Amino acid sequence: MEPVLCVLITVLFSASFYLMLSTHIIRVLLGVALLSNGVNLLIFTAGRLLREVPPIIAEGQMVPTMATANPLPQALILTAIVISFSFFAFLLVLGFRAYQALGTDDVNEMRVAEPEREPEPPMGY
Amino acid sequence: MGLSEHDLFLLAVLSPFAAAAVAPFVTRVLGHRAGWLLALVPLGIFALIASHIGEVAHGGNTVVAYDWVPSYGIKLSYYLDGLSSLFAMLVSGIGVFIVIYSGGYLKGHRYLGRFLAFMLLFMGSMLGVVLADNLITLFIYWELTSITSFLLIGFDNNREASRRAALQALLVTGAGGLSLLAAFLLISSTTGITEMSVLNASGDILRDSALYLPIFILVLGGAFTKSAQFPMHFWLPNAMEAPTPVSAYLHSATMVKAGVYLLMRMHPSLGGTELWTTVLPIFGGVTLIAGTLLAVRQTDLKLMLAYTTVASLGLLVMLTGTSIDAAITGAVLYLFAHSLFKGGLFMVAGTIDHEAGTRDITRLGGLGRAMPITFFAAALAGLSMSGLPPFIGFIAKEVLYDGTFGATTDNWAVTATAVAGNALMLVIAAAVALKPFTGEKVETPKHAHEGPASLWLGPLTLSLIGLGTALFAHTTGEYLIGPMAAAISGGTAEVELHLIPAHFGAPVVLSMVTVALGIAVFLMLDTARGIVAGVLRAIGWGPDRGFDQVVRLIIRMAIVITRVIQPGRMQTYMLVVFLFTALALFVPLFAYGEMPEWPEWPALSGSNFYEWAIIAIAVLGVGAVLIASTRLNAIVSLGIQGFAVALIFMLFGAPDLSFTQFMVETLSVVILALVMTRLDLGNHGHRPLPAMIRDGTVAVAVGVGLGLLLLSVTQWPFDARLSEFFTANSRAIAHGRNIVNVIIVDFRGLDTLGEIAVVMTTGLAILALIRIRTRKVEQYDGTKREVRIARTYSGERWGGDVS
Repeated sequence: MEPVLCVLITVLFSASFYLMLSTHIIRVLLGVALLSNGVNLLIFTAGRLLREVPPIIAEGQMVPTMATANPLPQALILTAIVISFSFFAFLLVLGFRAYQALGTDDVNEMRVAEPEREPEPPMGY
Repeated sequence: MGLSEHDLFLLAVLSPFAAAAVAPFVTRVLGHRAGWLLALVPLGIFALIASHIGEVAHGGNTVVAYDWVPSYGIKLSYYLDGLSSLFAMLVSGIGVFIVIYSGGYLKGHRYLGRFLAFMLLFMGSMLGVVLADNLITLFIYWELTSITSFLLIGFDNNREASRRAALQALLVTGAGGLSLLAAFLLISSTTGITEMSVLNASGDILRDSALYLPIFILVLGGAFTKSAQFPMHFWLPNAMEAPTPVSAYLHSATMVKAGVYLLMRMHPSLGGTELWTTVLPIFGGVTLIAGTLLAVRQTDLKLMLAYTTVASLGLLVMLTGTSIDAAITGAVLYLFAHSLFKGGLFMVAGTIDHEAGTRDITRLGGLGRAMPITFFAAALAGLSMSGLPPFIGFIAKEVLYDGTFGATTDNWAVTATAVAGNALMLVIAAAVALKPFTGEKVETPKHAHEGPASLWLGPLTLSLIGLGTALFAHTTGEYLIGPMAAAISGGTAEVELHLIPAHFGAPVVLSMVTVALGIAVFLMLDTARGIVAGVLRAIGWGPDRGFDQVVRLIIRMAIVITRVIQPGRMQTYMLVVFLFTALALFVPLFAYGEMPEWPEWPALSGSNFYEWAIIAIAVLGVGAVLIASTRLNAIVSLGIQGFAVALIFMLFGAPDLSFTQFMVETLSVVILALVMTRLDLGNHGHRPLPAMIRDGTVAVAVGVGLGLLLLSVTQWPFDARLSEFFTANSRAIAHGRNIVNVIIVDFRGLDTLGEIAVVMTTGLAILALIRIRTRKVEQYDGTKREVRIARTYSGERWGGDVS
């Protein structure tokens, strides 16, 4: 099943990057959300796939009696999901406040810090 | 030399740096009298060098070496021979009087302590240059002199002219320093020699080297910039922006001679070739004539002296370039004499400026009665500079004429240039040393009177030394000039000096011609000045203005480059990042044959058809996000795609992930929807077709690159050691049955703590963002714009009051 997931991940990444190249903050945000899913699936697939056997040890056993899914990528992804969600929330609020303060969601119109025609540096010494 | 004596030597060489560190504190306690105390440091160094002079004169060379970076063959090594000892004595000896003079000249100045510290730093660096044996040691000291010179020229940093001159000197001499470094690296890589003394004892090793030409050019690049040879001479007159003690010390007596020193130092290994005897005299001669002519043009005492310094450096380069032993002896004598009289005259010019309030020669006259000691010192130094007996300058001139037009050689061009240059030098000497003091009394801005002892002690002593060394010419020749000339020519030149010429030969005739010519020009100085000024006006452009043009060009280039690579547009940055990511992904795949093999696709039919269905839902969700016409549709599609991913986790044995993903996706969709409905946005999210194609291509390229990378990873054998460790030990060590949870809270518990800290920090940041209030403020261009101002809980502002 790995090749199929590779194709799905390719689709997720491509869509994410396409959205992130937009000038509108909202679309950039959607791109970031897709990106986190793509990365999580990438880690998951790189750890190889095994169907329907969660890495849980049966009661009374010291080790699983049969082959289970790889637990390590799951632990990594669990952390990643939470962090990317908090990051996503922060970006969302930042974009929202930027819209309130500057009246636009177009990043090219947000030019308070980098004005279009900046004065040239002095030519003297 | 015993070990303790080696250490004493190192201590002496490094002592100016230590003195510089304490100078500001000493000055705070003693005020301007600190100069007298700090002068003990150079005095001690002078005494130490002088105590070795007998040894050196009889051919004993002293090498002191400490390992510095042994793996690169870099040593902290010093070398004492005739050349370095005379230079070191000039640096430390003149340094004594300069430090004293500085105390008097900048009496009451707020930053006198800083000034003295810079001076001592420079002194230490300059001593290092002339004493260093290791090439890298020499280079480091060389650059240190450039840096301290920058600090001293820019000492009066409130004035733009001063800042410009400092920067100019730093750029010109710093570029020369880099050229020198390249030369040294070439030398050590072709010959394997890193010590100057070894190099000079190795005969023709450089002259026979295939890299002789580049080494020669690079060494000249260092020497000519430092010693202000035409056309790189322009920084030296500008350096006169510095306080006068700096001009007297760095820019006449010592630092600017570093280039000449380098040429003399490398003469045994690099000199004597046809290239050397052609290039050096040409540059030196042009510099000599240009310098004297430009000096005639000036009316400012310091500038006149500065241009004659340029001229003198030209003369020294020209004489060194002849590679004739007698001419080199003349150069050594002239260098020695020049340091004495020029250092003295600069101090005199400073004293006049300090006491009379102007340095303009047309506004000075008749000061001799008011400042008798200064006049006396100026007259002695001026006579030495004019090359008149019984001063050391006279002997220098006799010897150098003898060298260029003596019994064995008759180099017409060099001799004629030298005569013309010396005649003009006499004109300037007379103008600087006589004109301000003699004739009718002219009203000056300040009521002139004799300066304090600290101001006249230096010029007077230096002038008297110029007289004394001439009166005891034989001893001077045996102990100072002879050993140095021998070190330069690489042989054992016996130097016999006489104050009174032994016979009436060509040098005496040439001297008389020089003096007659000089007096003639002096009498019509104003006319001469007018002519030179007219010619310069007709040319209209000089390297000084060229420097400005180059600097402006660099700034403009920087502006253009900044505009190109930092346009302030996010997509441009993103495009570049993605393009290079795509390159980084594809190039190794193709270049190293890492392309994954064509995979075996799982059968579409069969029991796992629902897996295919879920993946199809995910792809459809992603597609819907892209093409959604309203934002709400896009948000809902995002949710569909997220739920599909959660289901994939569920199917492949990751229920924990699945639950978390379900929660997170639900929350994301809810929050997004809440926020989006508050925004008054039109549906203008889609870009025009060309941009769509461009962005789409780049995005697909990076996506495919990542997909291929993952595919090739999955085709490699899997290393399961970590997973096996966790599986085997989850129950045994951590007593947990859910292996994923055990990893998170136990094996990698600290990582989870870090994760919680990240979540908490973003939470706090979100809170801060929500609490920020917006306000109208004035922008640069005058338009009103809202800017965020944060408020604390009590309502007070803690952002700056920008309205």
